[in-house]
Amino acid sequence: MAKITLENLAHSYMPNPLNEDDFALKALNHDWADGEAYALLGASGCGKSTLLNIISGLLHPSQGRILFNDRDVTMAPTTQRNIAQVFQFPVVYDTMTVRDNLAFPLRNRGADASYVRDRVQQIANMIGMESMLDRKARGLTADAKQKISLGRGMVREDVNALLFDEPLTVIDPHMKWELRTQLKSLHHEFGHTMIYVTHDQTEALTFADKVAVMHEGRVVQMGTPQELFEAPEHTFVGYFIGSPGMNVLDAKVTGNTAVIAGTQISLGKEFGTPTGKVEIGVRPEFASLQVGNEGLPITIKRVEDVGRHKIVRTDFYGTEINIIAPEGENITPEMNRVVFDTAGINVYADSWRVAPKAA
Amino acid sequence: MNKTVNQKAWFLILPVLLLVAFSAVIPLMTVVNYSVQDTFGKNQFFWAGLEWFKEMMSSERMWDALGRQIAFSAIILAIEIPLGVFVALNMPKKGFWASLCLVLMSLPLLIPWNVVGTIWQIFGRVDIGLLGYTLSAIGIDYNYTQDFYAAWITVIVMDVWHWTSLVALLAYAGLQSIPDAYYQAAKIDQASRWKVFRFIELPKIMGVLMIAILLRFMDSFMIYTEPFVVTGGGPGNSTTYLSIDLVKMALGQFDLGPAAAFSIMYYLVILLVSYVFYTVMTNLDKRDGH
Repeated sequence: MAKITLENLAHSYMPNPLNEDDFALKALNHDWADGEAYALLGASGCGKSTLLNIISGLLHPSQGRILFNDRDVTMAPTTQRNIAQVFQFPVVYDTMTVRDNLAFPLRNRGADASYVRDRVQQIANMIGMESMLDRKARGLTADAKQKISLGRGMVREDVNALLFDEPLTVIDPHMKWELRTQLKSLHHEFGHTMIYVTHDQTEALTFADKVAVMHEGRVVQMGTPQELFEAPEHTFVGYFIGSPGMNVLDAKVTGNTAVIAGTQISLGKEFGTPTGKVEIGVRPEFASLQVGNEGLPITIKRVEDVGRHKIVRTDFYGTEINIIAPEGENITPEMNRVVFDTAGINVYADSWRVAPKAA
Repeated sequence: MNKTVNQKAWFLILPVLLLVAFSAVIPLMTVVNYSVQDTFGKNQFFWAGLEWFKEMMSSERMWDALGRQIAFSAIILAIEIPLGVFVALNMPKKGFWASLCLVLMSLPLLIPWNVVGTIWQIFGRVDIGLLGYTLSAIGIDYNYTQDFYAAWITVIVMDVWHWTSLVALLAYAGLQSIPDAYYQAAKIDQASRWKVFRFIELPKIMGVLMIAILLRFMDSFMIYTEPFVVTGGGPGNSTTYLSIDLVKMALGQFDLGPAAAFSIMYYLVILLVSYVFYTVMTNLDKRDGH
């Protein structure tokens, strides 16, 4: 187990990157604390897998350093890093039995035969494949194969970190939940440093203590699920996390008021005069519908009842504003205004969050 | 639902039937026809029954040719398959050098058989050939027209030169289809180079490798042109393989009956071996769960 430090790390797949756009992974400084479970969340192609492969040594970064417990491993090959990694699509050794597949990483490191036997039994139990141990891996279903891949990832107890690259993509939904729970309990039991890459926010938020949100090759925010929800550091985090995502509106902010398309609203906090492209972001949970003259004028387009609450889609001069209304609330066509709870208003300048001035 | 009965539909397969008849059945039947008759010229034929088959079965000449043929096929397979796989494993995976390698590798495959024979015939000559002359110059006694071993080595090296590319290209195609994740997982699992080959690469190329073995077996078992051009089957009968012997018998001695019986048995052997390969291959696929 180890603390993993990334120092000014960046990677480009081009031999001579000229500008920032050429980098798949932009300069990054970060510590992954020993024994924590992290999720790396972002849309496809945002550099998640690149970062993971750099940590495991499958890729060498174009610049910067990686330290395991303050030891520089930037150029060390994968085999010297003692990392376990599970990939998006199942990788099994077809001609081996399930048992030999699970034992493979241990045997390659010269582990004792009796230890291997016990450990394989334990892992097989965990992934629910005890009855299939003596079958050939060839011809198993995709989820069985992926369970073997997960098992091979978890079989070593002394790894520095366990990396998962969207490992549950091919697994059935009910099994997904079960395996995720097992990974979580495994984490509690052994306290490995775990990094879990996914594009599924539910997966990220339920698995990890801390979630790093990546966007265009950059970690835009790293925080607890609550921090990501309440104070998204970047408008992308606002969009990406939450269902539906945060409403983002162009605004002109002065002090504690904002003017949005001619309507003035109160922000409740002091923000000075941010420059650049100024926007305000409000999660649908902090917006409510009203009748009257207060708030932003909207027209209701559609109401979606999702069971626990209603999602109201409204139109504000061509921009969509989403509102989450409690299940019992009666939505009427007369409702023509939306008001925001000031606790949930964030201000953004050039997509980055502006912290309110202390009162 | 009632099916419409229309026996006229049978006529639709008539073109295929005719095509197969003219291309395969009729020529084969003429051979069968010769194999059960005897002739003394003047286009007069006499019924001979299974006489020629019996004669061929006990003919030392045919058994010797079959022995040489099996030895030849076994040797070239034993060299070309591992060598082809080895070459494929060491070829660059992408970029300019990969394309260059592919072009160079396919060159021998594009050369007509008797040109290959002629090239090696001249290449090996002691008086003017680069290979023969060089070997003689450094004191190695090499003369494929007189020495048994020199003749065999020349013919085998020629076949290896001509056909290893085919095995390499097929194996290369198989290797290219292995996803990167397998190699990455193997690194994570700390598998040695040998284990990567044994547990990832070999199982994944098994299918194409079986096809390569089958193709190389059939072609080498029917080989005629190249050794005929280089050694003419000699010295003595030492490189007279089945096809060469067959042609000598049918056209050289005009023994049509025995030659026909011989060809039918030859054909059956190839059919049998190919069938065995086919069965093994389909079983491999079944194990894959396809």
